[in-house]
Amino acid sequence: MAVAVDVSRFENVSMAPPDPILGVSEAFKADTDATKLNLGVGAYRTEDLQPYVLKVVNKAEQLMLERGENKEYLPIEGLAAFNKATAELLLGADNPVIKNGQIATVQGLSGTGSLRLGAAFIARYFPGVKVLISSPTWGNHKNILSDVGVPWSEYRYFDPQTVGLDFKGMIEDIKGAPNGSVILLHGCAHNPTGIDPTPEQWEAIADELEEKGHMPFFDVAYQGFASGSLDDDASSVRKFASRGFEMFVAQSYSKNLGLYAERIGAINVILPTADLAARVKSQLKRLARPMYSNPPVHGARIVANVVGDSVLFDEWRAEMQMMAGRIKGVRQKLYEALLSKDKSGKDWSFILKQIGMFSFTGLTKSQSDNMTDKWHVYMTKDGRISLAGLNLAKCDYLADAIIDSYYNVK
Amino acid sequence: MESFALKRIAAVASHLTPTAPPPQQQQALSMEATASAAAASVFDHLEQAPEDPILGITVAYNKDPHPGKVNLGVGAYRTEEGKPLILNVVRRAEERLLADRSKNKEYLPITGLADFNKRSAMLILGSDSPAVVEKRLVTAQCLSGTGSLRVGAEFLARHYGVKLVFLPTPTWGNHFKVFMNAGLAVKTYRYYDNKTRGLDYEGMLEDIGAAPSGSVILLHACAHNPTGVDPTPQQWEGIRQAIRNRGHLPFFDSAYQGFASGSLDKDALAVRTFVADGGECFIAQSFAKNMGLYGERVGALSIVSKSSGVATRVESQLKLVIRPMYSNPPIHGASIVALVLGDGDLFSEWTVELKGMADRIISMRHKLYDALRARGTPGDWTHILKQIGMFSFTGLNKEQVQFMTREYRIYMTLDGRISMAGLSLKTVPLLADAIHAAVTGAKA
Repeated sequence: MAVAVDVSRFENVSMAPPDPILGVSEAFKADTDATKLNLGVGAYRTEDLQPYVLKVVNKAEQLMLERGENKEYLPIEGLAAFNKATAELLLGADNPVIKNGQIATVQGLSGTGSLRLGAAFIARYFPGVKVLISSPTWGNHKNILSDVGVPWSEYRYFDPQTVGLDFKGMIEDIKGAPNGSVILLHGCAHNPTGIDPTPEQWEAIADELEEKGHMPFFDVAYQGFASGSLDDDASSVRKFASRGFEMFVAQSYSKNLGLYAERIGAINVILPTADLAARVKSQLKRLARPMYSNPPVHGARIVANVVGDSVLFDEWRAEMQMMAGRIKGVRQKLYEALLSKDKSGKDWSFILKQIGMFSFTGLTKSQSDNMTDKWHVYMTKDGRISLAGLNLAKCDYLADAIIDSYYNVK
Repeated sequence: MESFALKRIAAVASHLTPTAPPPQQQQALSMEATASAAAASVFDHLEQAPEDPILGITVAYNKDPHPGKVNLGVGAYRTEEGKPLILNVVRRAEERLLADRSKNKEYLPITGLADFNKRSAMLILGSDSPAVVEKRLVTAQCLSGTGSLRVGAEFLARHYGVKLVFLPTPTWGNHFKVFMNAGLAVKTYRYYDNKTRGLDYEGMLEDIGAAPSGSVILLHACAHNPTGVDPTPQQWEGIRQAIRNRGHLPFFDSAYQGFASGSLDKDALAVRTFVADGGECFIAQSFAKNMGLYGERVGALSIVSKSSGVATRVESQLKLVIRPMYSNPPIHGASIVALVLGDGDLFSEWTVELKGMADRIISMRHKLYDALRARGTPGDWTHILKQIGMFSFTGLNKEQVQFMTREYRIYMTLDGRISMAGLSLKTVPLLADAIHAAVTGAKA
């Protein structure tokens, strides 16, 4: 009787390290200490540090269940009502790009999946073109680009001296890249630093991209979450679109609609003509079909229902403002706690100036380790903390941890 | 704007490989740009891609304004009234999930919902499977069958020495691109015998025997798509021996468990015999059809390996494949499946609903066969009765199919495959008329 081979074919497969971001939550779960605090992944928590399902999402799901909608396959490009809604949210419904059909929108698996489609497109249709990512950036950007085989390099972004934007370095590196490169930009609430260019700086960045024939690729994961206003947070993207750039925009509804696990987002490509948009869309579909065939329907329907109903849409805006407001509130409390405890005169105001869910504390890896090992504060090793996981009650504790790590650990 | 567009085109053109538009075209683009800046684009070299051969049938069907049109393209179950079906157990599971205030939408782990993974694996392997008992199994929730195949293929491309997969002829159209885009070379093995309308068993064994040792062999677990021809248990044993003798790696595509015979366990027999011999294999599962969760994209990739140590390391590497693809899988469909599989009453009800769907398809086979016999349509149509699962591989050629679409508004794939699940008592006569006309009148 034929038996299988004795040794595994996969004996030489090595143990991969845990994901630097998602692995933090796993470590947090395993920690039994009562003082533990999870400031790892960017997932919104209430003041009671509980996960939050938006009320409009509950309402939308109730409506969907009552309507008894079927579960047929979506088209490869996703739910049409969602694609329309997401493009309009991004650019504004009256934007000429939308009116003229100059945009190819394909529903993707949240931000990651949308970035993946865009990157795979670049790998296939612009072979050899380099993508520049900010230093630092969301860790998974590198993995996505590497996996699709797109060469990448970094542009300077974070200035540890000022704990602000290294604007000069950024422009220099954009200038130094080969003409016609792709520049990956965070639309708002830069992850992990929380540092965004000012409107004037955005104009200058656009000037430089235009001069070099570069193509912008925006990662928009926090629209509505940065300032609380959907329109304000889209201003960088809208500015570039109005200047006539051909560009990619990846969107995510994980944070702003709390739909993390539903995996809902979109890849948009803005083009000079509707004909080009149709062609690009058809090629994006060819990348999606052998990856997962067509995207999941549930999250797309939730977004379409919320955006498509003016009452639910207004309620959503209010909930988003509430979430953004709570984060601004903990920033303020944390800042005050640091100020009252640290008499050295160190400038902690970056906590207030940084935008969005995250704060780039400037803590080193060993200092971050100290945060976890001694204080049971879980964060990523690049010094990033998610303020969405902080509440007013823990601000004092966190301030103690940060001061101890900053001053006592080298 | 003009010079801007010119710069961009020149910049990107300089990156293009030799197979891309030559410099002369760059000149031509420049000239075009001068004439009309709005037309100039770095995307100009892109062509409109054709619609997917299977999913594009639905696109064409939707565009057709004709009221009597019938969609027998994609494998999606329809009721007797021609409507999509939400299973009762699915509806009830959704109600329960919505009412459960302890549920939230936090990111799932990279490999998905643990409860779903456990139950999916047990469904295909049996709860007493040695792979489960000995912890030699890793299961990752993926995006339905396609996603499970793709993640498995990507893993193999990175970690397996033989980057070659053999697909049966014919097979589901999307298999090719799934494996190729993952970076594996693709070849085929003989499977369907046109003359007998059955399995080319000798050819299959020959090709498996000739394949380089250690090749990946893609096998349809049951209800072969598109032919509906499955090996008998004896033939499965022969196939298993041939595969193990060459040290090949079997990769099962299980998209129709419960649909082939109406019994979940019977339909899992081939997979279980392979696992029982102690060897390694990959299994891609889909809940699109058997739970009617098509659009929710629920599936699982299971990898059975030789030891739990290997399984742990394999799991860690699967996460590295998944994280840059979509980070973690969607929760809704998996939660439904986990609930149904984990609740005794819901599970029982599910098996009844599943059998109901399988039985309706079988009755459509009989109705179609009877209708063709009644019309005296030339040819032997018994294959419609013998074929297993959702589809019938009619034997109609491309021209005949195009005729049927044009003249009778029957939408189906060009390989002659029809989804029996899309038929009803009302539409059987129309289909029979169309087949009859195609076979007797259409030009070859």
